[in-house]
Amino acid sequence: MEPRSFQLFPEAASNFAGQVDGLYAFLVLTSAFFSLIIAFFTVFFAIKYRRKDNTIPTPIDEHGIGGMILEITWSVIPLGLSMVMFGWGAVIFFTESRPPADAMNVYVTGKQWMWKIQHQEGAREINELHIPVDRDIRLTMTSEDVIHDFFVPAFRTKSDVLPGKYTTEWFRPTKIGAYHIFCAEYCGTKHSGMIGVVYVMSQADYNDWLAKGSGEGSMAEQGQALFNQLGCGNCHPSTVQRTNGRAPNLAGIYGTTVDLKDGSRVKVDEAYIRESVLNPEGRIVAGYDNIMPTFKGLMTEDGLLKLVEYVKSLGPANGAPMPAVPGTVDLNPKQTQLKAGGTAAQAGKK
Amino acid sequence: MITAPSPVLTKKNYLNEAHSLKSWLLTKDHKRIGILYLISVTFFFMLGGLYAAMIRLELMTPAGDLLESNTYNKVFTMHGVLMVFLFLIPSIPAVLGNFLLPLMIGAKDVAFPRLNLLSYYVYLAGGLFIFTSLILGGVDTGWTFYTPFSTSYSNGYVLTTGLGIFIAGFSSILTGLNFIVTIHRMRAPGLTWFRLPLFVWAHYATSMIQILGTPVVAVTLFLVVLERGLHIGFFDPAYGGDPVLFQHMFWFYSHPAVYIMILPSMGVVSEIISTFSSKKPFGYTFIAFSSLAIAVFGFLVWGHHLYVASQSVYAGMVFSILTYIVAIPSAIKIFNWLATMYKGSVRITTPMLYAFGFMGLFTIGGLTGLFLASIGLDVHLTDTYFVVAHFHYVMVGGAIMGFLGGIHFWWPKITGRMYPEGWSKLSAIMVFCGFNLTFFPQFLVGYMGMPRRYHVYPPEFQVFNVLSTAGAGLLGVGYFVPFIYLLWSLKYGKLAGDNPWGATGLEWKTSSPPIHQNFEVTPVVTQEAYTYTTEEVAHIG
Repeated sequence: MEPRSFQLFPEAASNFAGQVDGLYAFLVLTSAFFSLIIAFFTVFFAIKYRRKDNTIPTPIDEHGIGGMILEITWSVIPLGLSMVMFGWGAVIFFTESRPPADAMNVYVTGKQWMWKIQHQEGAREINELHIPVDRDIRLTMTSEDVIHDFFVPAFRTKSDVLPGKYTTEWFRPTKIGAYHIFCAEYCGTKHSGMIGVVYVMSQADYNDWLAKGSGEGSMAEQGQALFNQLGCGNCHPSTVQRTNGRAPNLAGIYGTTVDLKDGSRVKVDEAYIRESVLNPEGRIVAGYDNIMPTFKGLMTEDGLLKLVEYVKSLGPANGAPMPAVPGTVDLNPKQTQLKAGGTAAQAGKK
Repeated sequence: MITAPSPVLTKKNYLNEAHSLKSWLLTKDHKRIGILYLISVTFFFMLGGLYAAMIRLELMTPAGDLLESNTYNKVFTMHGVLMVFLFLIPSIPAVLGNFLLPLMIGAKDVAFPRLNLLSYYVYLAGGLFIFTSLILGGVDTGWTFYTPFSTSYSNGYVLTTGLGIFIAGFSSILTGLNFIVTIHRMRAPGLTWFRLPLFVWAHYATSMIQILGTPVVAVTLFLVVLERGLHIGFFDPAYGGDPVLFQHMFWFYSHPAVYIMILPSMGVVSEIISTFSSKKPFGYTFIAFSSLAIAVFGFLVWGHHLYVASQSVYAGMVFSILTYIVAIPSAIKIFNWLATMYKGSVRITTPMLYAFGFMGLFTIGGLTGLFLASIGLDVHLTDTYFVVAHFHYVMVGGAIMGFLGGIHFWWPKITGRMYPEGWSKLSAIMVFCGFNLTFFPQFLVGYMGMPRRYHVYPPEFQVFNVLSTAGAGLLGVGYFVPFIYLLWSLKYGKLAGDNPWGATGLEWKTSSPPIHQNFEVTPVVTQEAYTYTTEEVAHIG
């Protein structure tokens, strides 16, 4: 990010950059064309028809056939062009809002006025995000206080980061380098200080970086420690084929759809797990009683994300087959869930 | 320019019929109430402009060296609150609308003159609340008051400011109500709907938005006050609320509010272009109905402010397509104005320069709105300086060009005197150039990624910000010069006569300044609006 000479486009460093710049160029050209036409005719008419004598100009009958044709022309052409803009923008947005299923997960917590980032492998960082180039990255984000917005101009994408809710943002960095992270939603006094740097690294450099690790184990492992510390396991079995009637078994539950007491159904995703910890009486799984106390105020958003990761690690997400041997669910999911990161995380533990 | 043979000031008119302060402060005359509004909105505009100057000075350098972060945040918040709620929204409707609507429809006054005076004092009370919070130490939420920041985290005077806006909103509602009833019930004999000046159509559409939209923002801000004051949960997840709900409710009003600012301006431009082309506006009915279409569709596009706020993908797409549809009536107006000049008899006067300025700036503002309506592009652009530039082109470029154009156009009617031609043209050009220099670089720095409301910014954005600040200096001078010469003209301006422009509206058929009752005899309308006759065209040369 050394200062560069005067430029009009930010660095193009993600899979979206080219698409967004292309649409932008189309809109700039269309707008310039219409602006020039309007400016030209304004000046041209003002000069050509400037007052010369006192004759009264004859009004044109816009209800005549010529007038109607004009009105229709200058309504339909802009409408047609704007539908192109709509469609083009919608297609890009559709891609932007659908992270690929196998994207690498990174967790982001915004708080006044910093970005806290957790990698599944356990590495944590503040106001920096290290990611490998050419990998799909999915950010799962929440806020501890007010609304923030995670914006990387070089990636041409952003998403609000809301309290009480998970939002996602994804991109595939295509160019090694360092790029700005800005908080784009006004969040109070040091809003303009809530900035950071994305480091896009080669896979090898990324592995080395991960290997330095936090020494605290993966997020799932930290989540498991939290799970045990809070005594969640007293009611929630976490290995298959165990039930105690008090609370749903968490093994294999992630990504499934469960029946609720009130007859509706819900998909067990990050948001539902978070909700069930903070507001357990809200949506109870059918067959269970409302006995769980709330953990509101006892858990940080970072801790919640670890618990989410732990529950995810217990379950074959996306309908993958259950582990073969009952009772021996692998609590360390890295081999199944992670590709390249796994070895690095293990290296980090040593 | 040759004016009508030695015009004289009307001996008894609304300005000199009584001189006591009480006769002004308790007046029920729509014209005097218009003047009261003019004085008040000018005051708030200058105050808001002062804040704008502080913003631009701070942003000349990347470091936060002039103001502290907290102060800077309060400065841009007060700039927005003052400009939006106390200047832009009341500017044309409450000043020019109040003064002109009854005159244009041949009425003695608005339908409810007492209510009209009440709306002025309600506005003033709202202004007083906002002014008080500013004196006490200001508020740092941004004019958008996003929750949960405004309800649980801000330490500024959110309650006072919120209540001020809540109160000022009622003024807007009452004025809208008054105008709608006036237009329905008070038209002179023979003045059918399709003989109404386009200014009246524009105000009819504006009033609809004021009546239907303002209560929503009033309720929303009231909920903010309840949550902040009494911790009743609506928006803060900590109390079980939903922060995005606030944004839906806020923009349900605040997007149409942009049309409250721009529609009256379009009405002004229609009058100016027709008058100075001596030609009936091309597509009168299209222009009239496009105002109504904008008012109706304007209520269906609020979600385009929430593309990245976790709104559903499909909702985003619906709002996107509706936003494109609302752009079409605006395009229709621009083309119709151009066609009005075609084969007209065009005079380049100061109001006409402002009308051209409006067309130029509103075209750019409208076209860049298409960028933001396109979801895939908006994800990159939203909350950057691109948005700041866009809405200043529409709200300042559009609304203020219309306001200044209208003030100059009707100044002879309001005061009975002409402003100095050379100075006014010079300042119109300064405003146009200064405006573009201020805000065009912001489009560029916005695409580069500079977020809005940033007190400190990376050095690579500085060159754009320096240009912007330079432009703001020119713009400030351009706004200040009219203030001086218009005051000067009150005493020294040439006498204007009843109809210095050769315009056709009923307001030009009465004396300048008009008498208290507007017309000696209630006029009877026998022809379409904008029927230019030799008499009108001839005497202005």
